[in-house]
Amino acid sequence: MKAIDAPVAATREFRAAPREGSPVLAVLQRDLLLAMRRKGEVLTALFFFVIVSSLFPLGIGPEPALLRKIGPGVLWVGALLATMLGLQRMFASDHADGTLEQMVLSSAPLPLLVAGKIAAHWLVCGLPVVLLAPVLGLQFDLDAASLATLTLGLLIGTPVLSLLGAIGAALTLGVRGGGALLSLLVLPLYIPTLIFGAGAVQAQLSGLDPGGHLSLLGALLALSLFIAPWATTAALRISLE
Amino acid sequence: MNHWTSLSDFLHMGGYAAYVWGSVGVSALALVVEQVLLKRRMETIVRSLRQRARAERMEQGLA
Amino acid sequence: MSSPFFRFASPVRFYPMAGKLIPWFWMAASVFGLVGLYVGFMVAPTDATQGDGYRIIFLHVPASWMSMFIYVVMAGWAAAGLAFHTRLSSMVALALAPTGALMAFLSLWTGALWGKPMWGTWWVWDARLTSELILLFLYLGFLALHAAIDEPKRADRAAAVLALVGVVNVPIIYFSVKWWNTLHQGSSVSLTKAPAMAQTMLWGMLLMALCFWMYSIAAGLTRLRAIILEREAQASWVLQLPEAA
Repeated sequence: MKAIDAPVAATREFRAAPREGSPVLAVLQRDLLLAMRRKGEVLTALFFFVIVSSLFPLGIGPEPALLRKIGPGVLWVGALLATMLGLQRMFASDHADGTLEQMVLSSAPLPLLVAGKIAAHWLVCGLPVVLLAPVLGLQFDLDAASLATLTLGLLIGTPVLSLLGAIGAALTLGVRGGGALLSLLVLPLYIPTLIFGAGAVQAQLSGLDPGGHLSLLGALLALSLFIAPWATTAALRISLE
Repeated sequence: MNHWTSLSDFLHMGGYAAYVWGSVGVSALALVVEQVLLKRRMETIVRSLRQRARAERMEQGLA
Repeated sequence: MSSPFFRFASPVRFYPMAGKLIPWFWMAASVFGLVGLYVGFMVAPTDATQGDGYRIIFLHVPASWMSMFIYVVMAGWAAAGLAFHTRLSSMVALALAPTGALMAFLSLWTGALWGKPMWGTWWVWDARLTSELILLFLYLGFLALHAAIDEPKRADRAAAVLALVGVVNVPIIYFSVKWWNTLHQGSSVSLTKAPAMAQTMLWGMLLMALCFWMYSIAAGLTRLRAIILEREAQASWVLQLPEAA
């Protein structure tokens, strides 16, 4: 008998079974299984982050003082762009095979299912960036305290990127020119996160307290947790009707 | 009320002529371009409506 | 719906009314514009520090105000379209967007021309100009999303969600850019530091703002009429119009 692989089984189970237990966890588990299946795409975004971070010093010059100045910004922009690479994937494949419509029609509250998908996206695209960043930060001659600030900032900020990005991904579902259009829509929304995140590290580098910046990042996270699932749900319903 | 002493002084704008008139010029140009584009858009749709109206009248004439 | 509020929510009734209103707004715009330009360029005194170059604010500030005002109004109409499912509301939002984007562009252009002689560079990463640039991207995003979706109702609603997300974000973006700006430039240069305002300068700005406002309404109504004709082209009332004869 042919072995059925885990993600396919998960999809079938998801579609067939009545919704018991937490819908968020069900969606989360399924998305993670599917992502593991397509490791290549995940690694592409990560490699992009690594390569972009190396390109800037190559383009600008190796003096440590200069690198320390541009490092926070470069790493944050790299994180932003790497997150964006993974955004379209959030809904596109489920849309293609009809699972997304099933989710919309199911009795489980759609914002919760959406939250599950966003959480999966962050675990797959955002968390690796957070873990890689301190290593890449060494390339820019950042000291330990700055690396810590960078990592903490990314830990708080990358979920914001996934949350806001989900809105864009839902709005551009199946639309032509998807990737470029998605970038245009989402990058302006990313700017406050970028400013506070990179600003925190720069503050740390100047000997100031990064607490203010990090708190503002926290506020952005709280706000996006509040708004994004609803906006994404509305956008999904619009895209699917 | 006017505090300029001569036309050439006015045009000279205290040395800032290029910037001031560059701003005025581009603003005026932008508004004009917007109106021209709108006029063309209107003409296109009206033309197509006329064609359809004529086609329908012909159809009714033949019916 | 027979309630007066919803009476003109139908494109059928609104189209001729818009046509009658447009000339009045043009007239108002011309009057305000002529008086405003006279006050701003001829009556207002030369500034002590910025010479006559400051006169650009009579175009820059009204354009900035209108770009922000139009965005909020556009988001409001888009929200109304989402909430009440009125077709005309979404069309109004779509009609306003290009004019708003134009205002944002003019704000940036005049801002650059104002900044160059004052601060030496064509682009000053001033909080207001940078926020204005981001606002332009938000307008372009709205228009691009709308254009990319073929089905008009879906396009209207998707763009409406985007506009609402944008309108919530604009204050946040502005605040963050202002924060960023003060961190990096300290209290030195700022385009918002206009010369200490003489009475006439304030009048000039106010009149020009009114001029741009009236113009924006006229342009918006004109575009709205074109959109109504394009969208309702299949309806029979459209073919009865004098234009279609």
